[in-house]
Parts: sequence; structure tokens; C-alpha cells
Amino acid sequence: MQTLDMAEVALREMNATLHAQAEATNQTAWEILNPKGAHAIACGLDAPIEVTVKGSTGYYCGGMNKQATIHIKGSAGPGVAENMMSGTVVIEGDASQYAGATGHGGLLVIKGNASSRCGISMKGIDIVVHGNIGHMSAFMAQSGNLVVCGDAGEALGDSLYEARLFVRGSVKSLGADCIEKEMRPEHLELLADLLDRAGATARPEEFRRYGSARELYTFKIDNAY
Amino acid sequence: MTDTRNGAPRTAPIQSATFSNPVNAEIRRAAATGIYDIRGGGAKRKVPHFDDLLFLGASMSRYPLEGYREKCETSVTLGTRFAKTPIQLDIPVTIAGMSFGSLSAPAKEALGRGATLAGTSTTTGDGGMTKEERGHSNKLVYQYLPSRYGMNPDDLRRADAIEIVVGQGAKPGGGGMLLGQKISDRVAEMRNLPKGIDQRSACRHPDWTGPDDLEIKILELREITGWKVPIYVKVGGARPYFDTTLAVKAGADVVVLDGMQGGTAATQDVFIEHVGQPILACIGEAVRALQDLGLHREVQLVVSGGIRSGADVAKAMALGADAVSIGTAALIALGDNDPRWEADYNALGTTAGAYDDWHEGRDPAGITTQDPDLMKRFDPVEGGRRLNNYLRVMTLEAQTIARACGKNHLHNLEPEDLCALTMEAAAMAKIPLAGTDWYPGKPGTSY
Repeated sequence: MQTLDMAEVALREMNATLHAQAEATNQTAWEILNPKGAHAIACGLDAPIEVTVKGSTGYYCGGMNKQATIHIKGSAGPGVAENMMSGTVVIEGDASQYAGATGHGGLLVIKGNASSRCGISMKGIDIVVHGNIGHMSAFMAQSGNLVVCGDAGEALGDSLYEARLFVRGSVKSLGADCIEKEMRPEHLELLADLLDRAGATARPEEFRRYGSARELYTFKIDNAY
Repeated sequence: MTDTRNGAPRTAPIQSATFSNPVNAEIRRAAATGIYDIRGGGAKRKVPHFDDLLFLGASMSRYPLEGYREKCETSVTLGTRFAKTPIQLDIPVTIAGMSFGSLSAPAKEALGRGATLAGTSTTTGDGGMTKEERGHSNKLVYQYLPSRYGMNPDDLRRADAIEIVVGQGAKPGGGGMLLGQKISDRVAEMRNLPKGIDQRSACRHPDWTGPDDLEIKILELREITGWKVPIYVKVGGARPYFDTTLAVKAGADVVVLDGMQGGTAATQDVFIEHVGQPILACIGEAVRALQDLGLHREVQLVVSGGIRSGADVAKAMALGADAVSIGTAALIALGDNDPRWEADYNALGTTAGAYDDWHEGRDPAGITTQDPDLMKRFDPVEGGRRLNNYLRVMTLEAQTIARACGKNHLHNLEPEDLCALTMEAAAMAKIPLAGTDWYPGKPGTSY
């Protein structure tokens, strides 16, 4: 285990050290101490390494991640794992706004609650939230899967494209063009796999599925009303 | 005119200036269709512009440089504030961001070819970076847009600079639209969207909301790219003093300022014509912001929106810009709206020079389209050659003016070299009205 103590190592040096890890590095386990809410921790990684952050992080932790597995042993600030391409980010606590925003791939697991705009404009990422999510989540979500074991706030999936949304609890309201859809066997299978990979104990049958009505796919004036 | 009944003189018919024929035609079109007009391009209305400024030239009190032989530098370095590797350009005319999707891949390639031949940069757009564009652009600026279509860290690291787009002159405060006709398989794949749908681009970024957040976003982008490349912030011509101040506060290396004449691939006509300010009114305010911060020339200012000639380049730089950017003019240089396609323009119900329905994907010139047959009409090598020629002419023209003003570098042009032809231009640009030492609002004057 390699240790980077942010009480002694500057952010730039820490990220540069992680970026320097090559594909075939044998230093695969890294521990970051004293993050104290710093921004941009472990962003832009591109190697199959495991990074454990011992504490809470500020904005954009794990941003644009590729390949790496990042564990945050605390809560995460806004934009955690934004635009993630691959790999895994796991947050033991809560996540602030825009968690997993525009993510293209990989798995984001939030063991607590996620704030507003979780999965906004997601483009292929899988997000599993053990708790609740805030308003305007999955806004303009293009593809990927958002799984919510708790409740969803207002305007879920507004202006949704092809992303699949699964919610176990209540949904305060659905956004424009987001509707409940039939849960078919392939969705239950998909959900079971996501829940398993995210370490969630909920059963797939307890969820409801939401998706796009595809009414906004063709521009017409009525859409503006 | 006479009365047909009794031959008495009558008042001649008078067309209303307010309800003109074009206005009435638009009312009838709206009444018939129930949908507002969407089009490409920038503001078509006449607004105070660089044509309303003149250079004074040298005379008894100013010493000119010989027009052809004496040196007049044109190079510019962008991103000197924080980036380890600022962008070095041979000329201060850059190519503005235009997306693959709105433009064809060969058109993007031509922009890269022409810019590289001329020693300047080109810019990606909404929809990501194509291999043609990267391959043919020696200096490529990667736009970071609200939609994040095609955004990935590999392309981010391949870029020579990053331009965070907050707004653009044609539609400050507005998002984008790419109609389904232009969403080909390749465009759809790059944007992670189904083929053929009308695709919307968000009007604001998904993971930050204000200048304090932007400062942290810039930190993230710098960390991911190792603090190597410059970070630009692009804003539309809305509130240039405050927008420039806040962009600099957030950590921008370069501020890109786009006036209302700057083009877009597609948005509502009402947005293009009625939101935002002319670039002439914006440059002075942005320069004032940089001067108040003590960072004029340390944070570079790139301006765009209606730049057409070397005279426009020289005037923008005399007002305090470090460089300019062209979009519409570059497309025209490539062959957009060329009269050689007049019959095809007529078939679309328009005429060369007025064609602006770029979003429909039926561009006779094969530039703003994804139609394979139309794309064959455009040769990227010839397009690149034409763009390079045009950029060289603009540079020679700007040098001609600079030498006439006694300047051995385009950056040495200054407001003192200019006068204004109209009160409006004088007031907006804070340049004295021709024949006077006064402009409206000049400090120390009573009116």
C-alpha cells in the first residue's frame, strides 16, 4: 500500500503521482490521507489501480476516471465521478450535487444519499444509490442505468433520452417526457446484476422502472409549453 | 397616382417602416405554421460595427513604416498566465468553434488544413473531436461545452488548449439544437444519442453553476491535463465588463468574447436578433475589466462576431484585443453561400448569400451537412487552400494598416489610432468622433 498524505503532499504532486502509474504498474494500492474536503482529488486517473480516500472530498473527486477503483471513506462534494469513462467509484457516505454527471461508463456507488441532479446528462454510466436522490436527477440523461434504493425527488428524468431509471421508493414527481415503464425480465436481470455489484441488498422485484416517452425527440412548438 | 373614378390626384401607397414587407411575411409565416423560425448564422440586422471606425494613419506627428519592406510582426501567444505551454500563433486570426455535426467531417478537416497552413489554431465544437480535425490541425482548441457531447479525457489531453464555453454571441443564455436530419450514424455515436432524433444542447453546464464553481472546474481540468495547456473561457456579448472580470477571477488564461454577429449552427431567429450586444460595444468594456484587474495582455482577449477583413482585425486589436476569431467568414472562404450553387439555393427557396437553414442539412455547398452526396461537392484540400489564402490576405491587410499607423507589431495598434464615423460607434467603442476629441460619455465632459 502506497500512502499519499495531503497534510504533506500538495494536490498537484498527489495527482501527478497517480497519473504517472502505468498500465502495468505493480503499485496498485494507494491510500490518500487527510483529504479534508480538497477538490479534484484523484481526477483523470487512467490505470487499473485502487485508491482509497480516507475522509471526505470536495468537488470533482474521481472526475473523468478511467480504469481505476476509487473508494471514498467519507462523503463526496459536487460532481463526484463526473464524466467517468470506466472503473468504479464507491462513496461510503453521501454525495452532493451532480454525482456522476455526464458519465460515459463505469460504476458509481453511493452508499448514502445523493443530492440534486444525480446522473445529470449521463451517457452510459451505471449509478447505484443505496439511499435517496434529490430533485432533477437524470435530467437529459442519455444512456446508462440509475438505480435508487430509496426515494427520488421532484422532476425525475426530465427531458430524458434512453437512460433507464429504477426506483424502489417513492418518486415525488416525474419530469417532462419521463414515464413509468413495464419492468420486463431483462430489466430484472440487469437490476440484479447492478445491485449485486453495488453491494445493495434490495430485491429487483421491489423496483419500478422509468424511461423516456420519446415525445420530445422531434422538435415541435408544443414542446415549449 | 390618380383616382380612377374622377382622375383626381391621390396619395401614393406608403409601405410602413414598422410593418414592412419582410415583417408582414414573417407574421404570415408564423400564423400559418405556429412555430418560430430557426436558422443558423448571426444577427443580420444592421448594428454599429467596425465599418463605423476609421484609422487616422501617420502624418506630421506620426512616423509610418514602409508598406512592403519594413517588419510588422503578427505573432501572438495565448495562455501566458498559468499554462506551462501557451499557444504560439503566427497570426492573430483564429478559427472559432464549430461542431462536427453542424459541419461535415471534410469541412472540419479543411478548417484544420487552412489554419495550419496559415499558422493559427482551429477549435472543435459541440460534438467532440474528430480524427480528421485533430490530424490536420497543428493547434487545436478543445471546446468544453454544457452538453459534453463526445467529451472524454483522452481528447482533452490531446488538445493544445481548452475552451470552456459559457455562452456565444448569437445566443447568450441559450442552448443548441441539431435537428435529426443531421444526426447520422457517426454523429449519433459520438454524442451517445439515437440516430435521427432532434438533439438538444443544454444552455448551462451540468456540474457547476457560477464563477466560484467555475474556479474549481478549471482546477480539475488543469489537474487532469497537468497544468500544461491554456484554459480559455468563452462568453457571449452580454455583460462584458462583469463577465470578463468573473472569468479572470475563476482562473482563465484567455477570455474569448463573442458579439451578437457571431454565428450559430441553429437557434431561434428571435434569439439571434434580439439578445446580446454588438462586438463593437463589448471590446472596450472587456479591456477595461482587464485593465482594472491589472491583467490586460497577461490574460489575453480574443474577440469574434462579424470579423471579415484585415481592417476588422486591425480595429479589434487597436481597441485592445490580442487576437480575433472567425467562423462565418471562414465558412464563406470554404465556399458556403457561393453563387455557383445559386440554382440549388433557389430550389430551397433562398439565394446565395442569404442561405441560413444550415440545421436542415441540405447545404448545396456540402459544408453544413451530413448528407453523403452533398458532402462530395466539397474538397477539403481545396477548402483548406482557400481558407489559408483568405487568412493570409486578412493578415496582409492588417499589416498594411499597422504600418500606415507606424506600428511594427499588430499589438502596438491602439485606440489613439482610431476615430469614429457615427455618434453610436463613438459612444460604444469610446473612440472620438471624427474631427473631434470627444465621444459621448467621455470623462470630464458634461454630456
